[in-house]
Amino acid sequence: MPNLVTAPDRVNDFVVKFANVNGTGSASANSLIMKAIFRMGVPVTGKNYFPSNIQGLPTWYEIRVTRDAYAARAGRVDIMVAMNAETYSKDVREVASGGYLLYDATWPRSSLLQRGDITVIGVPLAQMVNENFEGVRNRILLKNIAYAGVIAALIDVDLGIIDAIMKESYGKKPKLLDSNTKALRLGYDYAKTHLECPLPLRVSKMDKTRGHIMIDGNTAAGLGCVYAGATVGAWYPITPSTSLMDAFKSFCERYRVDPETGERNFAVIQAEDELAAIGMVLGASWNGARAFTPTSGPGISLMNEFLGLAYYAEVPCVIFDVQRVGPSTGMPTRTQQSDLMLCAYASHGDTRHVLLFPANPEECFYMAVKAFDLAERLQTPVFVMSDLDIGMNDWMCRDLKWDDAYRPDRGKILSAEELADLDKFYRYVDRDDDAITYRTLPGVNPKGAYFTRGSGHNQYGAYTEDSAEYQVVLDRLKRKFSTAARYVPKPEIAGKGDSKIGIVSIGSCDGAVREAIDVLARQKIAVDYMRIKAFPFGHEVESFLSLHATLFVVEQNRDAQLRSLLTLETAVDKSKLKSILSYSGFPMSCDPIVDGIRATLPDAPRLSAITGKGAR
Amino acid sequence: MSFINKPKVAHPSLPTNGLGMTRRQYEGSMSTLCAGCGHDSVTAAIIEACWGLDMRPEQLVKLSGIGCSSKTTAYFVSGSHGFNAVHGRMPSIASGANAANRSLTYVGISGDGDSLSIGLGQLVHAIRRNVNMLYIIENNGVYGLTKGQFSASADIGTKAKKGDVNQSPPIDPVLLALSLGATFVARGFSGDKAQLVPLIQAGMRHRGFALIDVLSPCVTFNDHEGSTKSYTFTREHYHSAMEADFVPPAQEISVDYPPGEAIPVELHDGSRVVLRKLGASYDPADRSAAYGFIENKLKHNEYVTGLIHIEESGNTEFHTLNRSSSTPLNRIPYEKLAPGSAALEKLLGRYR
Repeated sequence: MPNLVTAPDRVNDFVVKFANVNGTGSASANSLIMKAIFRMGVPVTGKNYFPSNIQGLPTWYEIRVTRDAYAARAGRVDIMVAMNAETYSKDVREVASGGYLLYDATWPRSSLLQRGDITVIGVPLAQMVNENFEGVRNRILLKNIAYAGVIAALIDVDLGIIDAIMKESYGKKPKLLDSNTKALRLGYDYAKTHLECPLPLRVSKMDKTRGHIMIDGNTAAGLGCVYAGATVGAWYPITPSTSLMDAFKSFCERYRVDPETGERNFAVIQAEDELAAIGMVLGASWNGARAFTPTSGPGISLMNEFLGLAYYAEVPCVIFDVQRVGPSTGMPTRTQQSDLMLCAYASHGDTRHVLLFPANPEECFYMAVKAFDLAERLQTPVFVMSDLDIGMNDWMCRDLKWDDAYRPDRGKILSAEELADLDKFYRYVDRDDDAITYRTLPGVNPKGAYFTRGSGHNQYGAYTEDSAEYQVVLDRLKRKFSTAARYVPKPEIAGKGDSKIGIVSIGSCDGAVREAIDVLARQKIAVDYMRIKAFPFGHEVESFLSLHATLFVVEQNRDAQLRSLLTLETAVDKSKLKSILSYSGFPMSCDPIVDGIRATLPDAPRLSAITGKGAR
Repeated sequence: MSFINKPKVAHPSLPTNGLGMTRRQYEGSMSTLCAGCGHDSVTAAIIEACWGLDMRPEQLVKLSGIGCSSKTTAYFVSGSHGFNAVHGRMPSIASGANAANRSLTYVGISGDGDSLSIGLGQLVHAIRRNVNMLYIIENNGVYGLTKGQFSASADIGTKAKKGDVNQSPPIDPVLLALSLGATFVARGFSGDKAQLVPLIQAGMRHRGFALIDVLSPCVTFNDHEGSTKSYTFTREHYHSAMEADFVPPAQEISVDYPPGEAIPVELHDGSRVVLRKLGASYDPADRSAAYGFIENKLKHNEYVTGLIHIEESGNTEFHTLNRSSSTPLNRIPYEKLAPGSAALEKLLGRYR
């Protein structure tokens, strides 16, 4: 096999991209390869680029083998597994110079040979599969496993590990296990016989995944809801949040069903729309259950009216916004961080909400729990601002840990006994001077009864149209938001703190930012980094902003919403804030950050000029 | 509204119920509705019904949306929690609240605007979900708080106070509920408390979604000549098909009913509704016959009142279908909800 360009040492540092047609079952083949690499102790990330469609449209899966354990998208493709005729020409173009392209040589593809700087590898996959298996659907599925076999040989994935994974998957279905093993061997043996294996881009065992798992954020968040003690989940299906409720339900079916009686300690309600979903969550929370709804931007838009009621009537609730590309229906299967302003100020009137920004699935788990504690402590809606990249892609995360001593912070709820001792209960009187008042639950004690309303009310809970009475409540709510700033997670700050340059970012940008910091460090450019984990911003955020002369705000939306929020809600001089924006719908890579920062420095050439990497 | 606040002192001679409570103790704050509003009569009927059921105030949860009718939850049983939701969205609050605690009695008060226009979707789905609650629509055919626009229950040809004539066909909540499979469907008239009180009691004790459409004239915007929802028109055109008596658990049916005319229906808690047929061959268990009968009467502007349809619905009630814990979800100790660190460690094997 000709090796046209000599690759540098790329062991455990390359990207394999699978170009498929959706609905053909390629996901299991792709994740098989990813999982096997992970079990070889080599860090990986998996990114799925899929269409808003069930069957027949192009879909891609990208595995980044990353010995340095970077979490971001690489922004380059070294090996393309081109299995979709419709996207061949595009897929060929995407391969980095010196890279490889694998295609199904059952049908000749002269157009593939147009690039002299990549190695094209043809394997007669369909032919091999057709000769060995019966049935149209079966052949389609097994062709995926066959190319996984070829890739395994090419990048030197441990066959024993692959066998073990397949045994776990198909252990109870021996026929399936046999056919999958056979298909895998077909591809693997063909490659070993006909191709030069392994490629310079290959996997070599490490010990860097011990104590880690591969998990997506929606699964982790759903699990977090179980551990938080949530009992009511209401939702309306919407990509990319749907799998969060699927996960919650499936964990509940495992952990929350009484083995003797079959009784279920949870209720999942598929609502008629998002307006009802949030209403159910409010009803359940108001009644003392921990309740939540997962949704995405369009769902938040519909929930706005109720969110204002929840803010004003002080009803706790937890909302997971798994953000996707807007505006409107946008691109439902692409990622973005474009609901920041929408959620921070959701609803009419003066409203402000608590937001949490998980950076990865691990934080989705812990922040899910935190969100319930905050919502009940503060008696207000709390948003967990995930996104499609975090929610639906598999990330390598540290093992999730659980402290059995944890007990939910239910906040200020008066018990029947406490109510009995009270002379009279008033819902909105600030007894503790922290702007958080006491609430009661129905069914406990008639002395705790009050009327919950979104209309003007005084601190005693009674209807009012009196300006002064109204303002007492509204001003306390403002003070409560200051209290919230003391309760929410503090930002994560990295760097020596002596640079004039600071990066400020949130959520899933984290992987790209950390990689960019490493790249810049190699160029002798030191930067400090603050990852904001929550809104409202605490004094740590203020102090980082004031200590740096130049601040790059990195986020995934067009309108620099995080920057807007910082200018509105902190004392920062907005001329110090420079935006680095990525809103293509693809997870962010480090390149725009490196380029964006270098571009502002005198005499610093663009990174692309130094590394020879093209603009992405 | 009336401006005289009644003293809260109860006269010793006032009758008390099984809990030793007087009717006064089931009242709420003073109504701010127009004097003579039908809704206040419904409020009075609810107070009477709760008193008669020996309801513990804290066991009742009052829910409403937005509108004149929705304000009334403040006017009865001040010892109960109330939730005044956003316009048309009370059913979702009720569904969630009920999911969290199945042991309480949920009463939703809504109006024809709140239920049949902005909230139609939520009403329909609460019926479909068979949430265990009593849902009362105080139906007057107009929007009161915004001063007299037609609602979706306004009849064709009815005249607004300002002279407009409605030309769109009405949505009848009773036909709607029957077509959706509701298992307790009734109609009452705010001017007929004797009929309404047992309907409310039976609706509260029915397991599943119970709907009572109460014709409740608006004295300010829809009580004039030419209106089909005025007191005069309603009095002339309503007639009772099925009187209901509510008999609490462990109490003998003491009234002598003529043979063949009384149908006792047992409710899940052991109480009974005894239905007294007024029509010749009316069978309240026969949904499609009920539908045809009501539809036919409506064609002739006749409002049939009473318990129009009832069937046992425990099997399809939300919590039954969900196989929910018999302990309300909001009272399950945390220890039973979190799987713990050992289970988590075991689970992680799935993700390696």
